[in-house]
Amino acid sequence: MIQIKNLQKNFGRKHVLTGVDLTIKDGEVTTIIGGSGTGKSTLIKCIIRLIEPNDGQILVDGKDITHIKSALELAQLRRNFGYLFQEGALFDSLSVGENVTFGLKYLTDTPKNKYAAIAKDMLALVGLKDIEKLRPSELSGGMKKRVALARVLATGPKVILYDEPTSGLDPIMSEIIDELILDLKKKLGVTSVVITHDMKSAFEISDAMVMLHEGKVKLAAPREEFKKSKNPYVKQFIEGSSQGPIKMTITK
Amino acid sequence: MFKELGRFLIAFFNQLGQASGMVRSAAVWLFKGPVEVRQTMLQTTRVGVDSVAVATLTSLFTGMVLALQAGVTMRDILSEPLYIGTIVGFSLVRELGPVLTAFVIAGRAGAAGTAEIGTMKVTEQIDALHTLGTDPIRYLVIPRIAAFVIAIPVLTLFANVSGMFGGYLVSVHSLGVSSFVYIDDIKTFIKVGDLMHGFIKSIIFAFMIAVVCCYKGLNTRGGAEGVGKATTAAVVISMVLILVMDYFLTAILQAVGI
Ligand SMILES: Nc1ncnc2c1ncn2[C@@H]1O[C@H](COP(=O)(O)OP(=O)(O)OP(=O)(O)O)[C@@H](O)[C@H]1O
Ligand SMILES: [Mg+2]
Repeated sequence: MIQIKNLQKNFGRKHVLTGVDLTIKDGEVTTIIGGSGTGKSTLIKCIIRLIEPNDGQILVDGKDITHIKSALELAQLRRNFGYLFQEGALFDSLSVGENVTFGLKYLTDTPKNKYAAIAKDMLALVGLKDIEKLRPSELSGGMKKRVALARVLATGPKVILYDEPTSGLDPIMSEIIDELILDLKKKLGVTSVVITHDMKSAFEISDAMVMLHEGKVKLAAPREEFKKSKNPYVKQFIEGSSQGPIKMTITK
Repeated sequence: MFKELGRFLIAFFNQLGQASGMVRSAAVWLFKGPVEVRQTMLQTTRVGVDSVAVATLTSLFTGMVLALQAGVTMRDILSEPLYIGTIVGFSLVRELGPVLTAFVIAGRAGAAGTAEIGTMKVTEQIDALHTLGTDPIRYLVIPRIAAFVIAIPVLTLFANVSGMFGGYLVSVHSLGVSSFVYIDDIKTFIKVGDLMHGFIKSIIFAFMIAVVCCYKGLNTRGGAEGVGKATTAAVVISMVLILVMDYFLTAILQAVGI
């Protein structure tokens, strides 16, 4: 279980998270929605401490990880987590195959001779084949995203943080990824936190949904409750309407 | 004016502190985990292969011009080009070999390293290293420090040889010094201590360049523009530090008699 209490983060004078309270239950899929730039990525980066919060608390299975400093302890914390980066963050000096198996060396005891088979299997899970030898620069955007996902899956994390797993994918591929997330939950009991802008997929995969707005949680609730919510912010966001309390302006 | 100087000094010491923090964690990782042998070998060959041509060529012409200048000066003073081999050899082995090689490598491998690490930083690849159970210090910094510290002294040696060869060409072919005299001038006067002097310098330069370039890369901010800025800064800082440190190292080494 991940408990987040009054979490705050600012970059210089810019206050991004202004007091997030949230509980993420084990074995559930929790989706986070919210406008662009409201701090969704920042929030999940705090959870695996790629970013150190300014204030508040994060407890992972009861352990306070908010201000861990030692590299060893941080490595220990991240051991159970997988993180899918919004832009993939593949290592462009390595081949696709080496990217997928990168974490095995550090996070598992898998013998080297199994790497090739694992790379193949993981790529197959995300619908890719025979691309192990290619470089990331030779892939399309959607392929990069899926290779990045394969890299996350390879180490068998218990908690996976997805930063927009289906953005940039075609509808069919998005559906396949959604099914994959649900499969991981059912078969392996993986806990997932998914940032998404795709409402349809959010309603399909979520156990719980969270809406972030201006650095705070507007609403966190089980899916059905969330769907029916009368909260005007949530309603406007779900309906994708430009009319409502959320003001997004195009600055000229 | 004072305010700006103050701000500059604060920023300077801040970065110095952070860079030494980086070195400290490198030392910690070095004792804790196995070294990335493959990365280290890759980087070492890359630094070596990248820079060997430039380093030897630079040094070849430096040796040639040294011989030419020394020859003409000696002819003016002593009406004979004496001790050309000694002058060329001393200048190269103690000063120009290490300094010029360090310059060339800072501009070549150093810049490439900062650009690569900087790009990794702005595209979240550094974060990805963290999430996959390793650490940029372990995966990127230590192999590069090792690569520089291994490759630069070797390249300096190449540069010394090539510079002395350049001096030989000029001495023998245009100053009319006999090849025996030139080589003898080198052999009689250049001692192991002189070689050590240059060798110690080149190792310290190597370490410094690697630290500056990795530090600048890891602290890159702001997209492609940031990578450009970090790279330029890394090269400029390295070059200035090479010259500044060269003076102090010379003073220290001479004081202890090397
Ligand atoms: N390293 C950083 N330095 C300064 N500002 C940052 C940094 N990272 C994020 N920000 C700022 O924090 C805010 C939130 O960023 P974040 O990436 O968390 O948004 P997001 O909700 O994930 O948006 P999107 O849906 O577009 O991905 C943005 O305004 C961004 O400019
Ligand atoms: Mg984001």
